[in-house]
Amino acid sequence: MKKPFDLKADYQPEKFTFKNKKAVQEIIARYPKGRQRSAVMPLLDLAQRQNENWIPRAAMDEIAEIIGQPPIKVYEVATFYSMYNLAPVGKYLIQLCGTTPCWLCGSADIMKSCEQHLGIHNGETTKDNLFTLTEVECLGACVNAPMVQINDDYYEDLTAERMVEILEALAAGKDVPVGSQTGRKCSMACSGPTTLEDQAKKAGVA
Amino acid sequence: MPKLTIDGMEIEVEPGTSILQAAEQLGVEVPRFCYHDKLTVPANCRMCLVEVEGGPPKPQASCALACADNMVVHTNSPMVKKARTGVLEMQLINHPLDCPICDQGGECDLQDQAYAYGFDRSRYHESKSAMPDKELGPLIKTVMTRCINCTRCVRFADEIAGTPMLGQLNRGEDSEIGTFIEQAVDTELSGNLIDVCPVGALTSKPYAFTARSWELQKTETIDVHDAVGSNIRVDSRGNEVMRILPRLHEDVNEEWINDKTRFSYDGLKKKRLDRPWVRGDDGKLHEASWDDALTAVAAQLKKTKPEKTAALAGDLCDLESMVALKDLLGSSHFECRTDRTFFDVSERCGYLFNTTIAGIEKADAILLIGTNPRHEATLINARIRKTWLEKQIKIAMIGEETDLTYPYEHLGTGPQNLEKLIKAKSGFAETLKKAENPMLIVGMGALQREDGDAVQNLAREAAETFGMVTKDWNGFNVLHHAASRVGALDIGFYAKDGFNLADMSLVYLLGADDFDMSAISKKAFVVYQGHHGDAGAARADVILPGAAYTEKDGLYVNTEGRVQMAKRAVNPPGDAREDWTVLRALSGHMGKALPYDNHVQLRDRIVKEWPHMGDIDSTAPAEWKKFGIKSNVLKNNFKPLSQDFYLTNAICRASATMNECTTEFHTESQKAAHMQAAE
Ligand code: SF4
Ligand code: FES
Ligand code: FES
Repeated sequence: MKKPFDLKADYQPEKFTFKNKKAVQEIIARYPKGRQRSAVMPLLDLAQRQNENWIPRAAMDEIAEIIGQPPIKVYEVATFYSMYNLAPVGKYLIQLCGTTPCWLCGSADIMKSCEQHLGIHNGETTKDNLFTLTEVECLGACVNAPMVQINDDYYEDLTAERMVEILEALAAGKDVPVGSQTGRKCSMACSGPTTLEDQAKKAGVA
Repeated sequence: MPKLTIDGMEIEVEPGTSILQAAEQLGVEVPRFCYHDKLTVPANCRMCLVEVEGGPPKPQASCALACADNMVVHTNSPMVKKARTGVLEMQLINHPLDCPICDQGGECDLQDQAYAYGFDRSRYHESKSAMPDKELGPLIKTVMTRCINCTRCVRFADEIAGTPMLGQLNRGEDSEIGTFIEQAVDTELSGNLIDVCPVGALTSKPYAFTARSWELQKTETIDVHDAVGSNIRVDSRGNEVMRILPRLHEDVNEEWINDKTRFSYDGLKKKRLDRPWVRGDDGKLHEASWDDALTAVAAQLKKTKPEKTAALAGDLCDLESMVALKDLLGSSHFECRTDRTFFDVSERCGYLFNTTIAGIEKADAILLIGTNPRHEATLINARIRKTWLEKQIKIAMIGEETDLTYPYEHLGTGPQNLEKLIKAKSGFAETLKKAENPMLIVGMGALQREDGDAVQNLAREAAETFGMVTKDWNGFNVLHHAASRVGALDIGFYAKDGFNLADMSLVYLLGADDFDMSAISKKAFVVYQGHHGDAGAARADVILPGAAYTEKDGLYVNTEGRVQMAKRAVNPPGDAREDWTVLRALSGHMGKALPYDNHVQLRDRIVKEWPHMGDIDSTAPAEWKKFGIKSNVLKNNFKPLSQDFYLTNAICRASATMNECTTEFHTESQKAAHMQAAE
């Protein structure tokens, strides 16, 4: 669940400026003249990346200014999409899928292991500001259920134990392989390829 | 042009017409929530579903589907009925069942549709979602739980008012309408949000819980708060005006009115003059009978020479009373321009809004001179914005810079800038020259100065230089702000050679309040005839109580020269009388009775001398003639009319709502100005 947008919260900074104007210009230039407001979504994303994974109000106002739209138009977009964080989050934002396929494959256990290991509940952030845990709807990787998304990466075919290992590794600053945690290639069936076997061999995945 | 069949009826429509519009042309009603004919089409409510044969086998949103050749549409098949019932059930899931305590009850689209398509019980057992109410200022009350998220209000604020501060936030069951900044909607058109909202989410704060729509007497009449002449409906109960709503007139106000028109009615109930008063020897005003008051006035009028008598007409006067006063005082001095906007009014084309309001939509370049149309004529400003939104026309302004809700080029603030523009070859001068239908609008701010004549002349020169006047286009426009003004000028209620008010020994004020009373000599005998105890009444020696615009039948000529008829909705309070009858009675006391005994005779008398006054609701184009007086313009800048939008006349000044608006919005804008200055 996404934190509601609070304009007056004390974590809101007074001002926001983009770190490099060039990236902004490059994004705006992608759209035909007179359609600059289409840049609102990539600009929100850029702001989020430049600001510890969340977008302050000041950034939205700045974007509104840049694309020549009233601020409310930017707020509308930012509040609509769940992937824009409008309040501070931990260094690692865990989005845990709880939709039916993942749930059938044990997402509830994953949730429990996260909660126990981190000592936080859905929507909360750890005291050391390392992890934020949220439950989300289907992220489109149902074949490799259960799964979580941490920042930009997917971690699939999880078990409760593996989840804890991942959290420990991340906390220790160690690398964790992304994607399937059981070594499955892409979303191939667990038992190996059942169709297009030749192709799979050629590609060296079987 | 596509030809199609709707419910078995054939129709041919303009390309781009939606099925909903085509059905409307056939008189087939299609229910809708989000669609509004003056706003863009988001097609998000799905109430307007119809069945289109041959199309995909599912119901279609008729508001967003353009008519195509050979379509066969059904608006009342079982599939349609089932689909709409389904949609309505969804709409009602989160809607509270509070019609008995909702001000929209009785005129609510959702209530009506639920009656037609609603299921008589609910299958929804979960808890309903509730939304916190928003604070939108002194005019609009919100009950956001009733909102059905049609986004009409968002689109209105965005498109028509040009003050985009409402938005649809969040999504799914959390989605709500909000401003985020919890700020009053700072637009002069905010009251229209109440009309566009199909349910009771946005309702009128001053009207809250005062009446039910079905117990109101509805009178169709004309507004007098500015010179636009918006068409309105006055809803009254007994002898009390309960609310004021807009009435559709495509050529004038479309279906909008400004907040002053809508909300100043509480001023009609306060500070009223409801009986005659005569100033006694002790220098104080005393209640008097009509007979005593009229005798006193008649005696003074008889005693005073016409050259020493002046009559001033205020901004809210109806035409009949001005004609009667003029007939009564024959050779005295008359003046309606109490705001001192002196310019050449000998030719009608020189003081009219010649292009007409609807004509603005044909313009492709507009020059504003010394005017803030947003305050002086909000609906003309809305029309300019509409045209700009449609065609991105070029607009420039000479005068004080302000937010007009559309972008414009600022060419300077004084008459010198206009002179420069006339001589210029490039820039906006070129735009105007190249434009097919260029127009200019001179406001009262540009004419309310010693050199008003010269400025008007300069504007005429500009109009001629830039080819604004052709056989079928007249782009020269004067924007008045007083409802009575054009009518008064038409009947010659002004001094051709001027006179000095201070020299007059008798001054008859017909609703004239908006000028500095100290311009009248201390020794002069002052008669005030009007409806509010304002500046004029305070100075008066005799007060004759008259009727406000909702209390009398009367003609008003708007800034375009359109003659419109206002109707009496309620009776004047106490002993007050319709104004022309007061003058008729006075003439009797003077022993020279005016030759009309009823309203019909008076109107006949008017039409005989000014035939165009008989052409109700038409604007005859005024022939282009020479006018204006060539002389040098002064160096000082154009100043906007010195007035506060919410407090322009005696009625608004008596209105608590309007005073509240001034505090709310003015302190807000002052705050903003301070902040800017600080930066
Ligand atoms: S407040 Fe009224 S107009 Fe605005 S979205 Fe809700 S129902 Fe529609
Ligand atoms: S259900 Fe979890 S990714 Fe689709
Ligand atoms: S009226 Fe067509 S979808 Fe709302």
